[in-house]
Amino acid sequence: MKCKDMLDKLSEYLDGDLDPKLCQELERHMEDCNPCLVFVNSLKKTITLYKYASSEPLPKEVHLRLHDYLKKKCRD
Amino acid sequence: MAMRMLRNQEDAEDALQETFLQVYRGLRGFEGRSTFSTWLFRLATNVCLMKIRQKGTEPAQLLPLEEYLPQHEEGVHPQIQEWPEKPEEVLLNKESREKMLEALGKLPADYRAVFILRDVEGFSNAEAGEALGISVAAVKSRLHRARLTLRGMLAGYFQRKEI
Repeated sequence: MKCKDMLDKLSEYLDGDLDPKLCQELERHMEDCNPCLVFVNSLKKTITLYKYASSEPLPKEVHLRLHDYLKKKCRD
Repeated sequence: MAMRMLRNQEDAEDALQETFLQVYRGLRGFEGRSTFSTWLFRLATNVCLMKIRQKGTEPAQLLPLEEYLPQHEEGVHPQIQEWPEKPEEVLLNKESREKMLEALGKLPADYRAVFILRDVEGFSNAEAGEALGISVAAVKSRLHRARLTLRGMLAGYFQRKEI
């Protein structure tokens, strides 16, 4: 497997959806190609960072405005 | 989700109100064919996409992905540097969080929505496809391009960063 071919398969690899044979090929490639290993790790980190970036809790006043908005609209 | 899609508090609040109004009005028609959360996110995503289109602020549909990929030439491998080891420290850093949001905002809205549903909200490919009204193959393809593009947009920042 060449470096360029790896790129197309990375999401499936990280999601565990890649065919086991291709998965082995990809892992063998990474054993011999450190830049590809670093690339895969940084892609994995990108996903992890977004996954765990906590969103701000909804401010109380937004809750109250939503409540008022729905009360008014649902009366109409 | 609305904040990540719209990156503007006022627009996100409008989207929240509109979504819950649609939930209220549509609740009787909800037949339970999908889970309630998939249905809720479908409404929310559509409200956000509509807002983005109305404002005309959507980035170009086609991602210039090649700009964000390592450029391989025959026999020469591009230099790729390690990123910081501790994601939790990155997330405590306000500047890093802003960079991440900025990068997300540069994705075309259809790609952003797929990425948020799959990688942030934890939907499966099938659920994200159902929420967005697209095939699983389209979800996978957009998600892959979105991930690679985000990595590429953040690479310059994180490779320089020492934590």
